[in-house]
Order: sequence, then C-alpha cells, then structure tokens
Amino acid sequence: MKIVKLIREKTLQVFSVLIIAYLMLPLAVIILLSFNKPKGRQNTSWNEFSLDAWTNICRDQTICSSFATSIKIGLLVTIISTIVGTMISFALVRHRYRGRGATSLLIFLPLATPEVILGASLLALFLNIFIPLGFWTILLAQITFTISFVVVVVNARLAGMDPRLEQAAMDLYATPLQTFRYVTFPIALPGIMAAALLSFSLSFDDFIVTTFNSGRVVTFPIYIWGAAQRGIPPQVNVIASLMFLGSLLLVLVASVISKRRKALYT
Amino acid sequence: MSIAQESIIAKPVKRRFKRTPYLLILPGIGWLFLFFVFPLSTLLATSLQKPAGISPDDGYLPAFKVSNYSNALAEYYPQFFRAFLYAGIATVICLLLAYPIAYYMAFRARKYRNFMLVLIVAPFFASFLLRTNAWKTILSGDGFVVSVLNSINLLPQDRILNTSLAVVAGLTYNFLPFMILPLYTSLEKIDPRLIEAAGDLYSPPSQRFWKVVWPLSLPGVISGTLLTFIPASGDYINAELLGSIKDKMIGNVIQSQFIDLRDYPTASSLSFTFMAIILVMIYLYIRKAGTDDLV
Repeated sequence: MKIVKLIREKTLQVFSVLIIAYLMLPLAVIILLSFNKPKGRQNTSWNEFSLDAWTNICRDQTICSSFATSIKIGLLVTIISTIVGTMISFALVRHRYRGRGATSLLIFLPLATPEVILGASLLALFLNIFIPLGFWTILLAQITFTISFVVVVVNARLAGMDPRLEQAAMDLYATPLQTFRYVTFPIALPGIMAAALLSFSLSFDDFIVTTFNSGRVVTFPIYIWGAAQRGIPPQVNVIASLMFLGSLLLVLVASVISKRRKALYT
Repeated sequence: MSIAQESIIAKPVKRRFKRTPYLLILPGIGWLFLFFVFPLSTLLATSLQKPAGISPDDGYLPAFKVSNYSNALAEYYPQFFRAFLYAGIATVICLLLAYPIAYYMAFRARKYRNFMLVLIVAPFFASFLLRTNAWKTILSGDGFVVSVLNSINLLPQDRILNTSLAVVAGLTYNFLPFMILPLYTSLEKIDPRLIEAAGDLYSPPSQRFWKVVWPLSLPGVISGTLLTFIPASGDYINAELLGSIKDKMIGNVIQSQFIDLRDYPTASSLSFTFMAIILVMIYLYIRKAGTDDLV
C-alpha cells in the first residue's frame, strides 16, 4: 500500500515539474537566442555567441520606441481599469441593488467575446464615426477588455473577506470612510495589486485588439509581428528576457520583504 | 448576536447608502456601454451594409442586406468548423495537463506553491508572439523534437510545422495558464479535511476524487474551459505562425477581411455569427453545468 501511494505521489510531482518545464521551454529558447549572432536575417537557429544585442539594445530605434509606447499605454490602461473595475467589484460584492445581475452579465460578456470581435467591433465604431486611429483608440480598446479581468480578480479577494471585520469597526464607532480606509481597503489591496499586475500584462502583451485599432502607432507586439516576416532581431529577445527575468526578480524581492515583515511582527 | 438584532442594526445602514452601488458602477458600466455594447451594435449595422461602388475605397452604404450572412457562411463554414474543432481539442488537452499540476499545487506543494505560480504567470511578460515564434525554432525540421519523433515513425507528415498538429500544440501552450489558474483557485478552496473524512469512511482514492474533489472543483473547470476555449477559437496568431494555408481558422478570415480586404460587411457578419455561436454555446454549457455565478 505504502509503495503504491509513494509512486502515485511521485508521479504527480514529476508530471508537475514536466508541465513547468514545458511552459519554460520557449523562454529558454528566447533567452538563448538573445545571445546569438544570427547568420542571416532570421534569428531562429544557433550560430555564434555574441553580446551585441545585450550591449546595444536600441540599435534599431523602433524597437525601443515601440517598447516605450507599450509601457506608456500599459501604465495608463492599468491605472484606469484598476480604479474603474475595483469600484464595480465593491458594488457587486458589498451591495445588493436592483440591476446587480445585469451588471455582472455586462462584466461577463467582454470575457466571453473573442478578441477579434472586440477589436473588429471597435474598429467598426471608429470607422463609422470617423475617429482617427492611434494612441487613444488603442487605450480605449484595451481598457474595455481589461476592466472585466480586474472585476473578476478583485471579486475573488473581496468574496473571501469576513464581513464581521467591517461590522466590528462600525461597532467601535468608525465612520464609513474610516472603516473603508483602515479595514476594507487594506484587506482588498492584495487583490487590487494582482488585478493591476494582470491588466498591465494583458495590455503590454495584447496584439489582436490593438492591431485592429492602432492606425500607424507601433506597440511592442505590433513591432514583433511586423519583424516576424523579415526576421526578428535578437534585441527583441533581449527585451523579452529582461521583462521575464525582471518580473521573476520583482516577485522574489516582494516575497522576501513580506516574509521579513511577518518575522518582525510575530 | 441574534439574527433579529443583526437585521435591526443592518437595515438603516443599508438604506442610507442606497445610492452608493450605482455611483460605484457608473463609470465602468458607462464605459462598457460606450465601448462594448455600442460598438457591437455598429458591428451589426455594418454587417448589413452594401458596397457603394466596386472598390472598398468607395465605402459602404446603410442597407438591410441579410444575404451578407448567407454568403459569408456559405463561403467560410469550414473555417468556423476548424476553429471550434482546434479550440475544442486544445481545451481538452489543457484540462488534462492542467488538472494534475493544479491539484499538486493546491494540496501537495507547500513550499514551492508560490514559486510555481510565479513561473506559470511570468511567461506573460515575454511577448506571446515571441513565445509562439520560439515554438517555430523548437519544432523546426532540423530540430531535436522532430528528428526524435521521426526516428520512431510517429509523424505521418514527417514534420510538425505547418500542420494542424502544430496549430493545436500552439493553442494548447498559449492558453494552458488560463486553465491552470482558475483550477488552482477552486481546488485551493477545498478543505483537505473533507478528503480525509472520505478516506476515514473507507472511500477508495478514485471515489475520493470523483465524489469529493471533482464536484467541488467544477467552478474552476467551468471558468478554466471557458477562458481557454473562447480565446483559442478566436485566435489567428497560432494558425498564422505555425499552420499552413489549410489550417486557417475563422479569426484569420475575420482579420484579413477587415484589415487586408476591407470588406467590412462580410467581416462584420462573420464576427456577429461567431459571437452568436459562442454565446449560445456558453449558455448551454453553463446551464448544463448548473452554475449561475458568472463572474
């Protein structure tokens, strides 16, 4: 019996590690090829080790300008959709009101809409009312689909919160504003942060909705798509590697800090 | 505190803040009406327009041309079928791959749980176009994977790239995290004592799984399959980068009709039909699975 159980546990563990490896494999290729000196235009097979791309990231100006555009759009999208989405989430979880079902249906629908249709319908709108495509239309389009993701993530956090905490604050004569400021908001904060992170990554990486509404503006994914035909320069791999490793490092630092803090208080 | 007392205290507070929920939802709902509901209605209007001249530059005139729909469907039904087939296969594979690792993270991996979560989410920060492109390198004809599979005669076409296999593999890879995360969230909420209790009552492991764990994880299964199937069926990147001309999905058609050919009425009627099919499928699926919690 023991052996059977052990084998079952180990199989599960090995399988999980294999899945992680599967998810990491393309990233390993991306990082490896960032140190490559491609033979022709296509940077798809290993040729020669080189640090050229790492020491000269902005050799092609459009790489860095498109990256900057994506970061700018990502930050604006994150700020707006996180605020708007969190507000809806508070209404949905904390209040019973007429039209609550309709609200949650309206939040669900963008999630159920394939990106091509979302992009296409906005393009149809902009074309019909003659709004020029560009930076602002990208922003509008991306906020539209990130709001729902924010609501879902913040909902999950708020739903798990004990309502008695707020009641206790009220019982101790805290004003509604104080209750929100010192009790509700700090508890919701991790959910709000996760939602913000998610909307940034969705915005930064979005290609389909963006390409429909971008006009002549080039975001980082649009640059990659254009470059894919004639060969993606290794500099793009460098930026992607930096983003990936940077996000890992950020989470690592955050977890070390929160562990330290916990150690201080307990 | 008794229930009666609680309701006496709770009621006046609720009444005083009756306006709050509407103020809270106003900006977001207003936004979604302006940039989601309204565009969908212009899409509907566009889908019924007729061309003003011979070239797309002449523009289109408002009309009620229902034949746009029948023409578009008659021409592109294979792409519809293919989109749902590929997305369906990818969703099933994703579920089979994601469930064990989500289970492992929820119940076994105490120390490494957060680290694994980070590794699952972090690839989002390295462009998904670039990751899909990296699969081109991995699956290329002179690559390791293809030569191993070929040496044991597993590949009917001697290659993976530019086949439907590559498209399904790409979809599976790209949407796997969207399956793992909701599954993990709902598995993690299960009290492990429930499983122990089933064991104490002499339930064998398989029964413990199918009678306790699986039913409790259904919300995660539903949102995971929807979050995988919907974007996968509308995707055109994987078919474009990894597939051949015979693997084009409905997303490819809508994209090229809209952007390259600028045949807006056809593209709009295809989009609208696609949206309708998806919504009917979701409705049937959610009703069958028996949940009404949408978000």
